[in-house]
Amino acid sequence: MKTKRKIGKIFYHVIVCGLGLVMIYPLVWMVMSSFKDTNTIFTTAGQLIPEKFVFSNYINGWKGFAKITFAVFFKNSLFISVVATLGTVFSSALVAYGLARCRFFGRKALFVAMLLSMMLPAQVLMIPQYLWYQKLGWVGSYIPLIVPYCFAIQGFFVYLLINFIDGIPRELDEAAKIDGCSYYGIFSRIIMPLITPALITASIFSFMWRWDDFLSALLYINESAKYPVSLALKLFCDPGSSSDYGAMFAMATLSILPAVIIFICLQKYLVEGISTSGLKG
Amino acid sequence: MKDNKGAGLKHFLNKESTAGVVFSLPFIIGFLLFMVVPMGISFYYSLCDYNILSPPVFAGLKNYIKMFTDDKVFFQTIGVTFYFALVSVPLRLIFALMVAMLLLNTTKATGFYRAAYYLPSIIGGSVAVAILWKRMFATDGVINHLLSIMGIQTSFAWLGNKNTAIWTLIILAVWQFGSSMLIFLSSLKQIPVTLYEAARVDGANKFSQFFKITLPLLTPTIFFNLVMQMINGFLAFTQCFIITQGKPLNSTLFYTVYMYQQSFEFYNTGYGAALAWVMLGIIGLITAILFATKKFWVYTEGV
Repeated sequence: MKTKRKIGKIFYHVIVCGLGLVMIYPLVWMVMSSFKDTNTIFTTAGQLIPEKFVFSNYINGWKGFAKITFAVFFKNSLFISVVATLGTVFSSALVAYGLARCRFFGRKALFVAMLLSMMLPAQVLMIPQYLWYQKLGWVGSYIPLIVPYCFAIQGFFVYLLINFIDGIPRELDEAAKIDGCSYYGIFSRIIMPLITPALITASIFSFMWRWDDFLSALLYINESAKYPVSLALKLFCDPGSSSDYGAMFAMATLSILPAVIIFICLQKYLVEGISTSGLKG
Repeated sequence: MKDNKGAGLKHFLNKESTAGVVFSLPFIIGFLLFMVVPMGISFYYSLCDYNILSPPVFAGLKNYIKMFTDDKVFFQTIGVTFYFALVSVPLRLIFALMVAMLLLNTTKATGFYRAAYYLPSIIGGSVAVAILWKRMFATDGVINHLLSIMGIQTSFAWLGNKNTAIWTLIILAVWQFGSSMLIFLSSLKQIPVTLYEAARVDGANKFSQFFKITLPLLTPTIFFNLVMQMINGFLAFTQCFIITQGKPLNSTLFYTVYMYQQSFEFYNTGYGAALAWVMLGIIGLITAILFATKKFWVYTEGV
């Protein structure tokens, strides 16, 4: 009985582990390839570990395109992602508090609008928004990549924060109100500190989505010095490029590094966000 | 007097009904400015003959009529997109559920396994993974190399064949089952253990426990996942845009990519706007159909 159980256990780990390896194999392959001599990547594609580790791909890749280095692209991505994330999270917190704690005329309608905004995908809005931003003269700048997010248009985050605020006892609000605290004071002194975990979860998701965002950068940014990393990576596969695959894999590896670091350090928050509100990672 | 006015304003702002509006203001503005207005403008343009070069001329339903009567590619992209969504989403959910069941019994390594399975979902939508995928399935890519190690010598062009190209995209989508898996895991943990104990007392085996208890109780989660992912499946863009560009012979041309091409490569802006509106209709239809089937298979508490 005991040995049978042990065999079952080993069997279980072999299966789960094997499947896990298949899952991460493509990523490991990419990272390993980025350390191979660029000419040998595809001749030795079946061999995972490089014969000798070279760093030239990182040096060549970092040089970027037409004198614009990847330092610029990373700086652009970081700027867009951080500012848009701060805007999203703060505005979503405001709206979530308003919808969760205040009764006012039009609240129900706003709720419906929020659900609609959750359902209405970015791809449907792609052309409408482009036409509108073109009218406003925003095309070619970072405004379309940042400003809309500062107006809580991502219903998911509002929804996540409302759920979290609902879990905070109303007695705290009432007590503060009796002590003469205004709604604004309650928001900044009671709600904001208490929803910090949810704010972190929302920030992580927002940051990763903005970092990965390719479509809006493709539409709105046409000057290569303003490219974020996602768009710059695409230059590697354009027909005209020299197709230095080593450099391409090296920069692709660097581009997913922030997400991987966040994932390793803040896994707890990610899992929470997904399992409590069904956010898509 | 001035003080009085200030106090009055303060009082006004601190009324519950005012405060609610003030807090919701960002969303009210954002919703109008970045959703309602653009949608309105695009609806007008969808009724116009309009390319970027010349001003819009009202043309009634011309774009819509052309789409449904005179655009073979339109129907082809709908076919491709539905095929992609209808194959990849169920596969992904089945994988997610299977792995979630596997990871349910906790061992020391569970945290590590969970991470390994979830990592692809985190980065799967990025350009980095798209270009990686493109190189993996190239004729000299890792897939063919691994096949030759297993004894199958081939230089098959996975991306060049119209039967296999779409499958590279499907595999990429299924590969990212991690977030659905986490959702399943958390709902699996909420199923009361007493139910299984009672079933065991009644002599139910693992198999019927799964089909009589686990699966019915998971149907609300499955439903939620299905709706969200069918929509997302219909909207896939980056992967197709980078990996296949719709090639070969439009066999992988997704609806969103076609819409992009019409608007930004062929400059048929009016037509692109009409495509966007039809897409919204299709998504609404999918959602409505899924909701209509809900009462037949989704378990609701206490009924």
